Amino acid sequence: MLRYTLRRLLWMIPIVLGVAILVFTLMTFCPGDPAQILLSGSATDEDIQALRDNLGLNDPYLVRLGNFLGNTFLKFDLGSSWMTKVAIKDEIATRLPRTFTLGIISLLISVAVGIPLGIIAAVNQGRLGDNIATALALIGASIPGFWLALLLILLFSVKLNWLPSMGIGGVKYYILPALTGCTYGIATLTRQTRSSMLDVIRSDYITTARSKGVSELHVITRHALKNALIPIITVVGTHFGMMLGGQMITETIFSIPGMGSYIIGGVNQRDYPVVQIGSIFLAIVFSLSMLVVDLLYAAADPRIKARYSQSAKRKVKTK
Amino acid sequence: MTETKNAPFLEINDLKVEYFTKESVVHAVNGVTLTLEKGKTLGLVGETGAGKTTVAKSILRILPDVGARIVGGEIKLEGRDLLKSSEAEMRQIRGKRISMIFQDPMTALNPVQRVGDQIAEVIALHSNESAEAVRKRAEDMLEMVNIPRERYSEYPHQFSGGMKQRVVIAIALACNPELLLADEPTTALDVTIQAQVLRLIAQLRDKLGTSMMLITHDMGVVATHCDTVAVVYAGSVVEYGTKEQVFDHPTHPYTIGLFGAIPNMNVDERWLHPIEGLPPDPSHLPTGCAFHPRCKYATEACRTGEVPTVITPDGHQCRCHNTDAVLKGEGK
Repeated sequence: MLRYTLRRLLWMIPIVLGVAILVFTLMTFCPGDPAQILLSGSATDEDIQALRDNLGLNDPYLVRLGNFLGNTFLKFDLGSSWMTKVAIKDEIATRLPRTFTLGIISLLISVAVGIPLGIIAAVNQGRLGDNIATALALIGASIPGFWLALLLILLFSVKLNWLPSMGIGGVKYYILPALTGCTYGIATLTRQTRSSMLDVIRSDYITTARSKGVSELHVITRHALKNALIPIITVVGTHFGMMLGGQMITETIFSIPGMGSYIIGGVNQRDYPVVQIGSIFLAIVFSLSMLVVDLLYAAADPRIKARYSQSAKRKVKTK
Repeated sequence: MTETKNAPFLEINDLKVEYFTKESVVHAVNGVTLTLEKGKTLGLVGETGAGKTTVAKSILRILPDVGARIVGGEIKLEGRDLLKSSEAEMRQIRGKRISMIFQDPMTALNPVQRVGDQIAEVIALHSNESAEAVRKRAEDMLEMVNIPRERYSEYPHQFSGGMKQRVVIAIALACNPELLLADEPTTALDVTIQAQVLRLIAQLRDKLGTSMMLITHDMGVVATHCDTVAVVYAGSVVEYGTKEQVFDHPTHPYTIGLFGAIPNMNVDERWLHPIEGLPPDPSHLPTGCAFHPRCKYATEACRTGEVPTVITPDGHQCRCHNTDAVLKGEGK
């Protein structure tokens, strides 16, 4: 298991490098001159040229790529934003906890609501409980996040004046963004849980469990759910990656200074260092959450675990 | 519930079970009546789809809750009707008083639970012992079915088919059940393992004094292991008696056909002798006797109406209009 984890971590190096090179190249050949944007319309051509020299924009592509990769991965110097001159490292240090908090809250709500809802739907297949849960999931999956966010602001901030509509602060600032963020998660988790539970619930080993005198609750939770878990873990993992990578739309609408709005701002202003580091950050977060997902597979299913540690001393007989 | 004295150990009266979809209703079991005495083995013989497994699952009430229903009849365990028992009462009976060995060992075990834990679960459910004692009993059960106790913590995918079936047997026997429902316990296994597994079941049954309902389509298995035999066709018992009665004087044309299908090893036979025709579609059973389209003794009376249960000269039951003609070998 440890060997597998280490191998996967090593594999992240080429992935992250690849993403870094790709994003750098895309930004280079993207139209729009950052120096011009930085200096606004009144600047003279000389001013612009001077700034381009200063930022190193006039160097050949390969030299700039080399500098960027060297600074980032060898010196761990993430640079600073061209716009605000604030070190990216410091920005991440203040923004990441906000995105992280928001992501974790949304994810927890999604899991806590979505999985039970899916189980209820599967157990009552074709009956009222199933219809209600499936309808809720369909609505949740179809509502666009930005529209839901606006509706929530309209109701809870404008009409009722219960919750703040933007910014950060105490717990109540997280409520509306978390509600927006978890809706899609609840919907996809409900649907995934329902369908994989339905696959499992008709299995012979479920009948075996019933024939032992196991109560219906334990048949569902101990026997069925654990077998249905693999596709559910996949959905949770993807959702987790998306949440940590910053919910760009949610953060923008609610004006939360998190990772998502940081990267979006960087793209709009051709703030190359911010976009590049932001993308590398996203790549790392996604690779890590996929690794966690794969490790959770092994925890949930001994057959997958056996496959991971095939190189280990004991040869497993496959049948 | 009144527990009548002298009631047979297990009594099934006129059991009717249907599977239904939106389009059709499948009459899987149509009025099965059987009794089983304590410590005896009843063989349930018939083709695939005849409703044998449905009878066994009805006894435990573990038919799928969507799409299956028990339409009528009684299943009495020592005089108490299981079909009228509450779900909580049934949970006390399942695994403890009645347990079942399933047909397909490949799918009958939970793939993500340790095999030992799957045995321990049923023990823990029906006893108040400590966790260590339960584990020890589960390990003992593993050894009883000839699996080293060290393999307690392994998972089903690490076991061969025969070993999995032995684990299934260990689960079924872990709480010394009074009644064991063995649903084709050897069909999914290699021939070499079959005899071994059957011998194991028989040994354990004799040791624990368990009654058994053995579902099979193998007449040889019936001959070695059963006391009484019920031949099932299209959800009905067509012939029912002691093993000697049914084997020595088969009376129903279907039973005769089954015996005729066994190749004789003493003569050089070029062809097998199957029963002509196919088993009926259970969603459109023929009227009258369900076997009449395939029966060479069929008369006008067989095509409509109820088929009487006749007591044959040697005293066993046969559901046929024409037992006299059959016994004289007329027809064709």
